[in-house]
Amino acid sequence: MVSKIERDHTRFRQIVRGKIKRELKHYITQGELIGKKGRDLISIPLPQIDIPRFRYETRKMGGVGQGEGEPGTSLGGDGDATGSSGAGELPGEHILEVDISMDELAAILGEELELPRIESRGKKNITAQRDKYAGIRSTGPETLRVFKRTYKEALRRQLAQGTYDPIDPIIIPVRDDKRYRSWKTHTTPESNAAILYMMDVSGSMGDEQKEIVRIESFWIDTWLRSQYKGIQIRYVIHDAVAREVDQHAFYHTRQSGGTKISSAYKHASKLIREVYPPTEWNIYAFHFSDGDNWSGGDTNECIEILRQEILPHCNLFCYGQVESPYGSGQFIKDLREHFRDPETLVVSEIKDKDGIYESIKEFLGKGR
Amino acid sequence: MNLSPALSQIKDEIKGHALSYGLDFFETIFEMIDYAQINEVASYGGFPTRYPHWRFGMEYEELSKGYAYGLQKIYEMVINNDPCYAYLMESNNLVDQKIVMGHVYAHCDFFKNNIYFSGTNRKMIDEMANHGMRIRNYVEQFGEEDVERFVDCCLSLENLIDVHSPFLDRKRRKEDSEITDEESPKTVQKIRSKEYMDRFINPEEFMESQKRKLEEEKQRERMFPEHPERDILLFLIEHAPLDKWQRNILSLIREESYYFSPQAQTKIMNEGWATYWHSKIMTEKALKDSELIDYADHHSGTLAVRPGHINPYKLGVELFRDIEDRWNKGKFGKEYEECDDYLAKKSWNQHLGRGREKVFEVRRIYNDINFIDTFLTKEFCEDHRLFTYKFNEESKRYEIEDRDFKKIKQKLLFSLTNMGSPIILVEDGNHGNRGELLLHHQYEGVDLRIDYAKDTLRNLFLIWRRPVHINTVVEGRKKRFSFTGQEHMEKDV
Repeated sequence: MVSKIERDHTRFRQIVRGKIKRELKHYITQGELIGKKGRDLISIPLPQIDIPRFRYETRKMGGVGQGEGEPGTSLGGDGDATGSSGAGELPGEHILEVDISMDELAAILGEELELPRIESRGKKNITAQRDKYAGIRSTGPETLRVFKRTYKEALRRQLAQGTYDPIDPIIIPVRDDKRYRSWKTHTTPESNAAILYMMDVSGSMGDEQKEIVRIESFWIDTWLRSQYKGIQIRYVIHDAVAREVDQHAFYHTRQSGGTKISSAYKHASKLIREVYPPTEWNIYAFHFSDGDNWSGGDTNECIEILRQEILPHCNLFCYGQVESPYGSGQFIKDLREHFRDPETLVVSEIKDKDGIYESIKEFLGKGR
Repeated sequence: MNLSPALSQIKDEIKGHALSYGLDFFETIFEMIDYAQINEVASYGGFPTRYPHWRFGMEYEELSKGYAYGLQKIYEMVINNDPCYAYLMESNNLVDQKIVMGHVYAHCDFFKNNIYFSGTNRKMIDEMANHGMRIRNYVEQFGEEDVERFVDCCLSLENLIDVHSPFLDRKRRKEDSEITDEESPKTVQKIRSKEYMDRFINPEEFMESQKRKLEEEKQRERMFPEHPERDILLFLIEHAPLDKWQRNILSLIREESYYFSPQAQTKIMNEGWATYWHSKIMTEKALKDSELIDYADHHSGTLAVRPGHINPYKLGVELFRDIEDRWNKGKFGKEYEECDDYLAKKSWNQHLGRGREKVFEVRRIYNDINFIDTFLTKEFCEDHRLFTYKFNEESKRYEIEDRDFKKIKQKLLFSLTNMGSPIILVEDGNHGNRGELLLHHQYEGVDLRIDYAKDTLRNLFLIWRRPVHINTVVEGRKKRFSFTGQEHMEKDV
């Protein structure tokens, strides 16, 4: 029987899901969810799920408190040092935060953006075999003997035989008493995926541009993680040279040098060759830049690398061009020109935060 | 009742102590439940048989989360009903259970004796079950979506009741006024005068203004409602174009609002009273030496204060103790009030010994508002370090504002007035002669929360089915917010 509260709780979760779905665009563009991510769960602030009533503006109301302090003393909390996030700390203010799992969020994202489920390439479905202790049996190697069960069996037998002496309770197991762990071998189809993020960090990529990249990669991550088990992510930043960095550095580094996109592509190609053989991995590469490359010569080199070494091995190569006041935005045109009808290449222009939504759709809408 | 024999014995002991102090309560039934159950019961406001609605699920999620993270824990729940039902949580230790029992008996005494509870339904557990049944039937008949949507609307308006109406009849009886009132004169009567004096005795401006006055009076007679009404839910039940099932749902939600309203009106007193008695019973009678530390730990947790909040347990119990002390020593009345010798006042003692008698009287005839108004003294405010706080727009944080007694009292009373909700009345049920509904917010210096107000109007429209408006004040300017069914509008009035 389903208890009453379970029904009401399920209904509440449904409503939450509906709200998130309706507000998804807002959540995507604001990027406020990124900071709220835990290991498997994400907290989503949902002020609008409250039942509306005629009520006072809490801030204008003030109130009465108790304790020490001179007039002007803050009532705790660090105030608004971190922007709007301080709101939850205030007296009387209560913003409902709902936890949902990353899988559920991905499912909502998929439904709302109408993303097709990814069909990983057949040959890259590798299977993993794993042994798992699943039970007890009466034969096996001595190393797997289970003391407790064996003792119990022996005790039981000795009691039944009348050879148990409570004053001198020595238990001697015979062969039939012995119990061993047994295992089963599970084969699980496991499709591994690797995501390579590349970002241009040359002088022309400002904080706003990076924020866009950050938000977009968060959502791409969320989706891909729901499609594959065991995802590996590598971050590459480049100006005139490419470097591999960790996630934090990826979003926060700012260089001022020139831009050689080919450097990043070379690095990606090397990773694919050495670490992620395409026979075993589904490879996704994302490159974000403002489209300003050093020279036409370098662009030609990029196109060669893409054509020869990257595109044939990737499930998807996505190039996202973030609009910046300094960049010429030439690179996307070059790509479009050289790859007329690409199968594994998607390009997308992201004008501002509002463009993220469409861009994700373009990148992941192919279902590859 | 499913108490273990040991607990049952403790219960009898605590009950005996409570009775010996003169507490007077309904029969009280204790149920022992685990944390998941108590979260469930609490989500339903104490009534496991309540109607189905997602907001209880929301409540449940929050409570369970709070419990799982160790942020909060419900020790006890007690239901105003005859017999009283009280829930104990299984995982609490024995001392906790003892405290809770003492606490519960005092709550029951309060429910039974406080005048503001006198109008509540003492068979509410049955009534709630009936409500639940009804709404479940409606769900089957009219579909979950429709019923839920309608319940959402009703809940959005559930605070629009008249908290005083259980005790007074605001409506003049229609028949009386219709019969006794004469038909009011249709034209302005001139004062008789000689023709040449007429200009002076009945000057034109005067005649004009009289005429206008008459018009206004006539207007008022035609007004609907004749006088602004506080009980908006009742007004809607009587006049909104609702289906029968909708009217019934609205009625039962109104009934529940009135049932819960005395609890909101006596939060400080009720918790104060219960705390006063659990501490008396424990420290004077029931506590064993070995339990002292656990008791002190629990009790101090109950009374802990945080800067931005009033703890009703703390404020209530301290006020009751203050009252007891003052009436024991005779620290009240004209002579005491007018004494301006600090030391004399401090050591005032006439050995009256009327403290206990007084607190029992107070628990019978006061609610939070007149309790604070009557018994919160300047000395008390200073002793207990009360202050007012406000939001500082510049630093974006709440700050201590003042420690002035008058301001503290005023602020505290304001936060309790109308249970902390803005006072809103139906001004006109036939606004613009187009059957539109005009509400009036009786502005007391604090603005409405506009986004919430707009959403509430939207819900109100679903009930009234004609455009709805509310007059209020935003940042010092009179405004009218409207919802026409399609769009929100906002204009200066």
